[in-house]
Amino acid sequence: MREYLEKNYLNEETTIKSWLLTLDHKRIGLMYLFAIMFFFAIGGFLALFIRLELLTPIGGDILDKDTYNVFYTLHGAIMIFMFIIPSVPAAMGNLILPVMLGTKDVAFPRLNLASWYVYVVGSSIGIFSIVSGGVDTGWTFYTPYSSSTDTAVISMTFAVLVLGFSSIFTGINFIVTVHKMRAPGITWFKMPLFIWSLYATALIQILATPVIAVTMLLLIMERTFQVGIFDPAMGGDPVLFQHFFWFYSHPAVYIMILPGMGIISEIISVFSKKKIFGYKFIAGSSMAIALFGFLVWGHHMFTAESEFAALVFSIITYLTALPSGVKIFNWLATLYKGKISFEAPMLYAINFLLLFAIGGLTGIFLGTLSVDVMLHDTYFVVAHFHYVMMGGTVIAFLGGLHYWWPKIWGRMYSEKWARVSAILIFFGFNLTFIPQFIMGSLGMPRRYWQYDGMLNTELFHFYHTLSTVGSWMIALSFIIMLIYLVHSIKNGKVAGSNPWGALTLEWQTPSPTPAHNFLEEPKITHGPYAYDEVEAERTID
Amino acid sequence: MSTEKTKYFQHHFVDPDQQYESSKLGMWAFLVTEVLTFAGFFCAYAIFRAWNPDMFINAHKALDVVMGGTNTVVLITSSLTMALAIRYIQINNSRAALINLVLTLIFAGTFLVIKYFEYEHKFHCGHLPGALYNPHIAPDCVAIEGNNPHVFFSIYFMMTGLHGIHVIAGMALIVWLIIRTIKGHFTPAYYTPVEMVGLFWHLVDLIWIFLFPLLYLIG
Repeated sequence: MREYLEKNYLNEETTIKSWLLTLDHKRIGLMYLFAIMFFFAIGGFLALFIRLELLTPIGGDILDKDTYNVFYTLHGAIMIFMFIIPSVPAAMGNLILPVMLGTKDVAFPRLNLASWYVYVVGSSIGIFSIVSGGVDTGWTFYTPYSSSTDTAVISMTFAVLVLGFSSIFTGINFIVTVHKMRAPGITWFKMPLFIWSLYATALIQILATPVIAVTMLLLIMERTFQVGIFDPAMGGDPVLFQHFFWFYSHPAVYIMILPGMGIISEIISVFSKKKIFGYKFIAGSSMAIALFGFLVWGHHMFTAESEFAALVFSIITYLTALPSGVKIFNWLATLYKGKISFEAPMLYAINFLLLFAIGGLTGIFLGTLSVDVMLHDTYFVVAHFHYVMMGGTVIAFLGGLHYWWPKIWGRMYSEKWARVSAILIFFGFNLTFIPQFIMGSLGMPRRYWQYDGMLNTELFHFYHTLSTVGSWMIALSFIIMLIYLVHSIKNGKVAGSNPWGALTLEWQTPSPTPAHNFLEEPKITHGPYAYDEVEAERTID
Repeated sequence: MSTEKTKYFQHHFVDPDQQYESSKLGMWAFLVTEVLTFAGFFCAYAIFRAWNPDMFINAHKALDVVMGGTNTVVLITSSLTMALAIRYIQINNSRAALINLVLTLIFAGTFLVIKYFEYEHKFHCGHLPGALYNPHIAPDCVAIEGNNPHVFFSIYFMMTGLHGIHVIAGMALIVWLIIRTIKGHFTPAYYTPVEMVGLFWHLVDLIWIFLFPLLYLIG
């Protein structure tokens, strides 16, 4: 179908009320998309300010030192809790998951809407803590500082607690939808890999998120009643806080990266027009990552635990490299001898392969105990997790956004500008973060407001300058992206049902999707990646 | 659950059976998150008890085993009446179901009243969490020796407090069930809410069954 579907989920009803009270998973996904992009912009601006302050070795160019602490704390907290965690599952997943499974909606549409409202409430509490002075603890809220600083820790941790519920609601919905609502013919091993990754993510969401809720609750109690759980002055144990915090926040790293990996599996197969290599291994590795994710929290606190514990956590950390490696090599094998085309989503997938590989490999340095003693709390760590979180998840999210954009709006964005932006972001990203690896290995500590009077100040100044210029390139590419994406909503070329010639179910229905996802019962005649058996017609030229 | 479509059937499901199965799995997933929420507290309990074994044994003597034991019996009985309510709906006896739901509500209320008297005594003796801990010397108050006894009461109040909030939430849900039962919403073809609240109520009961020996019966 090459036309634009005139009566679709976007305009079936047009009142504000029909949006605010909608039970349609696509509308909820879209509302999530707008909400998270708003917070992504705020988090991005904070990052630009941080980079600008570090342009010169002396502190106080644009931020005083307390404001600097508040800015990097909020950058981390906003990006993680309000952007990355809901980005792929809640926004992309809601838009796509039920359609991919051939069902009309998620299992619990009201719970789904509630999850969005809980997200909005949680984020509003987060904003309240920003305007009431912000938080200066770092996004990890380590005690005893977090239980004694006089900044707005209670409202920020309460925001995290509330946001956790929104994440749990989405997780419950996806687990039940995957288990019970698949269309006839979609067996477990005929599900698209994006679904497998969302399923593994949902399991982590319901198993790990309650623990952060309890941790935040205990921290609030510690500040209110000095209950003596975390505060050493009251007989508590600050290391227990770190254990609790990372028992959630390490699995949360996989909440962030797994769905991104699912997007990459889809894009690579579609744009190589080749059956995905090692389907069961990719699906299984998602589950393996979910499992290993619960066993490695101790590698965030090598210097705070016993040598034996550190040794065990270090070994298990190496094991997590296996399932990630399985994925990378299967993707490469899928590309091999494929009919590769380099449209924007594929450029993002290739970005992902390169950047995530660097992020993963530098993780090995940090997982090695003797090396970590030198590298921990330096810019090496900052660069490492930005390669995984931004080079991995955010790039995959952007790939998914471009891949499903024609399905969401029924129109194409400018392919030329999309490629410009994708390439610019690749160079900008590397320019920002490669210097940080070098600085970190030379001993530049993270979270410092100034670096004047150090042994390597001149070198650091050079690398910080490169890094700041890189951050401007990233900002520029996001501005370009914003312009061409918004422009395409009304003015883009009509995409038709299947612009990429893909085989998963969401492309078998018109674009934009009809209100109940399919005009007639979807028929499953082939697997999601059967490019060796069938050829789908592309609806754009 | 039959395949008969009642007015509570939601149309994004294929049939009532799928709707019922989905609700059940969703509820179990939610219960998993509840277990993990309490797991954080149980973990903190284990660590602080391992650090201060003597203090825990001394401090637990401040708790009233008779009241706690009575509450355990009350909650287990309420789980029985809850299960009976589901059974009576299944065999289409909504009057008997209603009686059992009301009994469950009464037992839950009894639990809270007994809990109130326990808390009241702790306040009287100054056996309170964290910075509020301020023990009085009085004939009806136990003197506690050992390090950081306030931590014991922090854990006691937070765990039983969170459990108490769950009891109150459960009572609100049971009131909702009672109203709907009176209105005749539930039939053998549709009783999903009763069963889901039942699952929740059994979990609330089960958590107490772990809390009681860990707090009241040590030493």
